[in-house]
Amino acid sequence: MNYRIIAYILGWVLNFEALFMAVPAFTALYYSEGAGIGFVFSLLICLFFGVILTLKKPAKKAIYSRDGLVIVSLSWIVLSLFGALPFYVTGVIPSFIDAVFESAAGFTTTGASILSEVESLPRCILMWRSFTHWIGGMGVLVFIMAFVPLSGGQNMYIMKAESPGPSVSKFVPKIKATALLLYSMYFILTLAEFVFLLCGGMSVFESLNTALSTAGTGGFGFRNNSFESFSPYIQWVVTVFMFLFGVNFSIYFLILSKRIKEAMKSTELRVYILLVVAVTALITVNVSDMFATLEDAVRNVAFTVVSLVTTTGFATVDFNKWPELSRSIIVILLFTGACAGSTCGGIKLSRIILLFKSMSKELRLLVHPKQVHQIKIDGRVVSHETVRSVNVFLVCYMLIMMISFILISFDNHDLITNFTAVSATLNNVGPGLGLVGPTSNYGFFSGFSKLVLIFDMIAGRLELFPMLALFSPYTWKDK
Amino acid sequence: MEIIVVGCGKVGRTIAEQLNDDDNNVTVIDTDPDMVRDISESCDIMGITGNGATHSVQQQAGIERADLLIAVTGSDELNLLCCLIARKAGNCQTIARVRSPEYNGEASFFREELGLAMVINPEFAAAAEIARILRFPSAITIDSFAKGKIDLMKFHIPDDSPLLKYSVKEISTELHCDVLICTIERDGEAIIANGDTTFMKKDVISVVASPKNAYKFFSEIRYKTHRVKNTMIVGAGDIAYYLSQILLKSGIDVKIIEKDPARCTEFCGMVPGATVICADASEQSTLLEEGLENTDSFVALTNLDEENILLTLFAKSKSDCKLITKINRIDFDDVIHKLDLDAIIYPKHITAEYIVRYVRAMKNTIGSNVETLYSVIKGSVEASEFIVKEKSEITDTPLFELKLKKNLLIAGIIRGGKVIIPRGHDTIQVGDSVVIVTMQKGLHDVCDILA
Repeated sequence: MNYRIIAYILGWVLNFEALFMAVPAFTALYYSEGAGIGFVFSLLICLFFGVILTLKKPAKKAIYSRDGLVIVSLSWIVLSLFGALPFYVTGVIPSFIDAVFESAAGFTTTGASILSEVESLPRCILMWRSFTHWIGGMGVLVFIMAFVPLSGGQNMYIMKAESPGPSVSKFVPKIKATALLLYSMYFILTLAEFVFLLCGGMSVFESLNTALSTAGTGGFGFRNNSFESFSPYIQWVVTVFMFLFGVNFSIYFLILSKRIKEAMKSTELRVYILLVVAVTALITVNVSDMFATLEDAVRNVAFTVVSLVTTTGFATVDFNKWPELSRSIIVILLFTGACAGSTCGGIKLSRIILLFKSMSKELRLLVHPKQVHQIKIDGRVVSHETVRSVNVFLVCYMLIMMISFILISFDNHDLITNFTAVSATLNNVGPGLGLVGPTSNYGFFSGFSKLVLIFDMIAGRLELFPMLALFSPYTWKDK
Repeated sequence: MEIIVVGCGKVGRTIAEQLNDDDNNVTVIDTDPDMVRDISESCDIMGITGNGATHSVQQQAGIERADLLIAVTGSDELNLLCCLIARKAGNCQTIARVRSPEYNGEASFFREELGLAMVINPEFAAAAEIARILRFPSAITIDSFAKGKIDLMKFHIPDDSPLLKYSVKEISTELHCDVLICTIERDGEAIIANGDTTFMKKDVISVVASPKNAYKFFSEIRYKTHRVKNTMIVGAGDIAYYLSQILLKSGIDVKIIEKDPARCTEFCGMVPGATVICADASEQSTLLEEGLENTDSFVALTNLDEENILLTLFAKSKSDCKLITKINRIDFDDVIHKLDLDAIIYPKHITAEYIVRYVRAMKNTIGSNVETLYSVIKGSVEASEFIVKEKSEITDTPLFELKLKKNLLIAGIIRGGKVIIPRGHDTIQVGDSVVIVTMQKGLHDVCDILA
């Protein structure tokens, strides 16, 4: 284990976190809010530790697989801990665990809040919440890699551990260029949404917050009723952009490099579109008598479906009150997630496609035990390792989910609440059903349960393995 | 530069790594997903799984944007096909590895008619390198600059050499030789020599001199400079084939020892002048019977690296001939270095070095000015040749007034075909070729030598 380089990279994470905190600090300055002092103070703390750790470049720069996993998981823990400082220091959230919960929910783009009232919060705090979504969505380490040469060529281990999806590939040979490309596409899409929202009559501050929050598929709002009170145009714009941020970014790269045919052939993209359309249609039929017009129904259902599939967690209606069929479908949507390589959480459609394909392969093998069969996606053979790692992912996923479910049951809330709370945090969605529905919050859980849910959020964002590796004794055995 | 490497075997991997270190954007293509994953995890390059000779895979690798495609798969025909398709699909230069002796005479046709920029045969390149060493057996390696007008030679200091008594600056005054000591390797560490550096036993030093002065210098320090008259080669592979042809042409007797009778017969037909012995060289008696003790040089070229090392060590114990060992696969440089095996040939490095040199020359037209480039001590010291094209801070100023970077040496100036071994009062002028020996990586222009 290369402890020096781990500390060095953590130092850079803190330096960049300090940089990120400058955004809400300037917001505070602009609106002359006193809470800005809290940000300046937190910024200086981050910078202090960051500068100490990055003072000396490590001589040995080799990063191996386990260093990469540890770096990524520790970075996210450090990020959440220090990201909680502004909430705590400004006194917006008096309990530190609550502050960490809020900050973790921000960076992991879960959007599960412990605050019941957000409209009275200082604007800089709202800005910080949305901005953590934006940074967390594409990944902090990816961001750092776009600007700082961290180590030799072995950054791939870091990128792999942080980027969502069963197999991560680069767009261009250099990691730095790839990271820069990802962030440019991300930035342009965010900007586009911002402009569209502005045209719809939203204020600059609200448009910016919404755009940042949607881009990371986060879900922190700035109104207590989320998006219920906005015009249909705004709701449609947000729906479309949530959908767009749920698409694999490599599709956008293909479109940019004029390989549109190839992009449209993507199985995952097709399944994604089909899923959203089909589920929207189904639920619309189920809930049609609750809305005045068909457009109203379709808009609200589409918003909800896209918001949940992409694990954003915005809401226009309280789907807690929908009929059982719709609620059941919603519970399932908590798990699927959208495309790999996007900013969403969840299991990801590509994994589900792969699982279905390997299931059908096994079923066929029952009939023809000697049949030779290869699993293909988009005409390419999927290696046995990938299939295996997806299977193991599912097992770990179930296990973490069950254990967390039992652990938070000690609080003695009802089953639906507990179950959806775990699924909504592990999948980085945000709102669940029952007591954690779209109109409520996570404030009522005990401190211990909150810790469990924080772990779930970070594990879910990093797709389990980095967090599991961090807590595995094998990782720390040097001999 | 955007470079695509097809095939990630031994050579492909070395090339990809070195080109990546040189700050190029490298994409590798291979049919084996494990190999691709392995290499794209260990360095910052993109890997694509697939057949590099198909248009779609090349497109995926970005052939339209590529400046160069290097095909180094195991199959000659596939390599050629890769290059032909790349020529049509994109607008890039192509390099193919073509190793079969049957194609050996076709290289110029490939270049001129098929539009390949370079055809490289690793075995032939290795053989040429061995032949060069045998022609001047005192040195471990010889790199030529300015079309052979000036050589950079690396050799061991003999135990009884008068050199041990002097420091670097005393050499020209005491020994009256116009040579320049560049680097010293001591216990695996590299030192760039300055005037006060002294020598120790077991040092490996590199020297810049014109071939004539080098000869004088070697006799002055009592170093054997005799040419080899005969050689004993173990293993009748492709390198042995090319090597025997080169050696026989320059009048050196060749004796080949090979186990496989069929190969012996075939080899005998291909190289009529060579003495082919069908025997197992791993038996001591065979080697002694064939006159190991009296041979001038011994070259171990079997397919097993371990066997080559053992054979060389045995030959070293029985005779004081020039030893050359081929090492294909194993990577333990430090350990092998400690065994004191004399000259070692790494075919994969030779191929990679040829190609890297070509790439730097290509970059030359896009801004950098390096003419030739050699790695003097692997991984730390490089020697490069620049042509001074215009007036700048470094021209017409006595060298002792120039503030040079640390660990950098101006090792030679070639003006109008004449070699000047630079001293403090010499100047660099427009039109000169300058040889720089340095530990600094990435010199792109001769002006980069200033601190």
